[in-house]
Amino acid sequence: MYKIVKKRVLNPTVTMMDIAAPLVAKKAQAGQFIILRVDEEGERIPLTVAGYDRAAGTVKIIFQVVGGTTMRLNAKKEGDYITDFVGPLGCATKTDGIKKVCIVGGGVGCAIALPVAQRFKELGCEVHSIIGFRNKDLLILEEEFKACSDKLTIMTDDGSYGRQGVVTAPLKEAIEAGEKFDEVITIGPLIMMKFVVATTKPYGVPTTVSMNPIMIDGTGMCGGCRLTVGGQTKFACVDGPDFNGFEVDFDEAMSRASAYAEFERREREACCNLFKSEVK
Amino acid sequence: MAVQPKKNEMPVQDAKVRARNFNEVALGYSPEIAVAEATRCLNCKNKPCVNGCPVNISIPEFITKVKEGDFEGAYAVISQSSSLPAVCGRVCPQETQCESKCTLGIKFEPVGIGRLERFVADWHNESGAVEMALPQSNGHRVAVVGSGPSGLTCAGDLAKKGYKVTVFEALHTAGGVLVYGIPEFRLPKSIVQKEVETLKKYGVDIETNVVIGKTITIDELFEDGYEAVFVGSGAGLPRFMGIPGESLKGVYSANEFLTRSNLMKAFKEDSQTPVLRGRNVAVVGGGNVAMDAARTALRLGADNVYIVYRRSMDELPARKEEVEHAQEEGVKFEILRNPVEIIGYNNPDDKRDLKNGSVAGMKVIKCELGAPDEKGRRRPVEIAGSEYVIDVDCVIMSIGTSPNPLIKNTTAGLNVNRHGGIIVEEDTGKTSKEGVYAGGDAVTGAATVILAMGAGKTAAKAIDEYLCKK
Repeated sequence: MYKIVKKRVLNPTVTMMDIAAPLVAKKAQAGQFIILRVDEEGERIPLTVAGYDRAAGTVKIIFQVVGGTTMRLNAKKEGDYITDFVGPLGCATKTDGIKKVCIVGGGVGCAIALPVAQRFKELGCEVHSIIGFRNKDLLILEEEFKACSDKLTIMTDDGSYGRQGVVTAPLKEAIEAGEKFDEVITIGPLIMMKFVVATTKPYGVPTTVSMNPIMIDGTGMCGGCRLTVGGQTKFACVDGPDFNGFEVDFDEAMSRASAYAEFERREREACCNLFKSEVK
Repeated sequence: MAVQPKKNEMPVQDAKVRARNFNEVALGYSPEIAVAEATRCLNCKNKPCVNGCPVNISIPEFITKVKEGDFEGAYAVISQSSSLPAVCGRVCPQETQCESKCTLGIKFEPVGIGRLERFVADWHNESGAVEMALPQSNGHRVAVVGSGPSGLTCAGDLAKKGYKVTVFEALHTAGGVLVYGIPEFRLPKSIVQKEVETLKKYGVDIETNVVIGKTITIDELFEDGYEAVFVGSGAGLPRFMGIPGESLKGVYSANEFLTRSNLMKAFKEDSQTPVLRGRNVAVVGGGNVAMDAARTALRLGADNVYIVYRRSMDELPARKEEVEHAQEEGVKFEILRNPVEIIGYNNPDDKRDLKNGSVAGMKVIKCELGAPDEKGRRRPVEIAGSEYVIDVDCVIMSIGTSPNPLIKNTTAGLNVNRHGGIIVEEDTGKTSKEGVYAGGDAVTGAATVILAMGAGKTAAKAIDEYLCKK
């Protein structure tokens, strides 16, 4: 059992938790992920590591409440326990040879982008961050990004905060203005990452994407997380989750991500009803 | 008295009924049938059956105990050699091992050794009255990586010798392929659970949710005070054919399909883990895993399940009993067929149609058998122009696995072959790294439960010798 040491609501649909998992905390690095199960009957879901405290033995996760499992997780309180928490899995984000980086995060993906930005800052790199949200209410981690970015641009779809528009607009402007990024690292919805790659490709700016496909074991056994990268089958759990964005087949990844859409919708409704009846 | 020429039949669930439920297919011998079957043993002098068993169970000795009605005594004999008798009695390919060597089998059907082993183990587990003598601790610590058949066997053997053994398991439940791979109807999970509990009684610690190579490395295990490590991390990534359409929704590896159904219990209606319940399912491959996947698909409600295999029935690598069970249940065999493409559904008028990108059929080509390959199996040769499409909405690829890369990538000094399998000395399981032993699928690639157990046993013996010398 793994204790929820701290819980903080970041916005109405995004929650942060510190989980006591000393072995995972000891090894975790930016870019890696964990797998958890909320309870004995729970499904296994992957979440990218959003931070860690090696001394306290805790690992930070940030998740959006999107389906049955995240609803059950979100219903847990500080001091409660979850059944399983395993990691760190996957490969850490590569930092070698990078002096100047642009981190592009979208929505809850910013939670995962943050430790990557922090890592580059620690290493003494110049960090530009572009983070995008649908609106001001959904904005998360602004202060944290400010602290680790030499330049921070905040975008909202509706213009309710920061600049109005999508993350690719300031990215393109920066590249055209002559910013020489050694690497662009993007983490967010598949469709956003697809467009980030489409933006950087004409300029040949190396671009890493962090993929988060459906997984089960997460240890290189089931093959459910396979992607086509550079025409070859790759497994996000052991080969990734970071990949060369120019080579990823995003359309296929988006199609595969919808494999259980109908089941997820029913689970979500069932879960909503369950929590409603508990409130009564 | 003349010997009864045929084995006593194993009572089974009716094929039509069982094809729609997940309860165990074979029901097991009654004490009366078990004694009758044991009576068929000739108790011959040279005991060829013992050599046919990868863990060398004293087979005639335990059968004699059964004959005498001393079922606990029989269990004590088996447990000297095997840590998982209830498992082996169910999933071992006895027909190619102990039973293939049986003297009675020269003229008649061999003694039903597997069925008797299963009976004895179940008898013990159900009565469970007798407490096993606990070994005296020798103070030495050994780490075992993976709680599948090789790891559990190695752990059990070492614990019985007094070692303090910790088994590290990456998943949330112990058992490895016994829980994620082999379905409930062939090996009930409660039985695996009991076998694991027995090991715990011997003092074996099982740490779930620890991925060796990630959470802790092998070198760190030695730093933590373990004096030897056995790696039984099992099979790794599934292979795919490399044909168009393998990334469509509804294409599974057998590992994923079975893991969803078995480990994550997706076969239950209220499971939180989904699995696609295809109406028409093609399983590509002809091994035991393919049979498990096909029979699982039937039980999940499929109307038609096809085994698509490129050679003929005679070359199917699966156990005969599994093939027969699958046939009785209604699995159809599309033999001498090779898939060339999986066809996707595409609604040009509605890009948001959720069915887009899911499986709408599989194109196969007919084959005929050509000249034998280096293993002596006749090679399938495709017949040009013979392609046609099978109407399926789910495809399960069951064409093998390659060893898991996690340990290899994080352990300096551990040599692997070009397939990624860990290289070991056959008689000892010793690897190129001091104090590290390995066995099971991590070494051989996909093989059987009992071979993995044999490897675990061999390594346990070698680890004991190594640590005694040290």
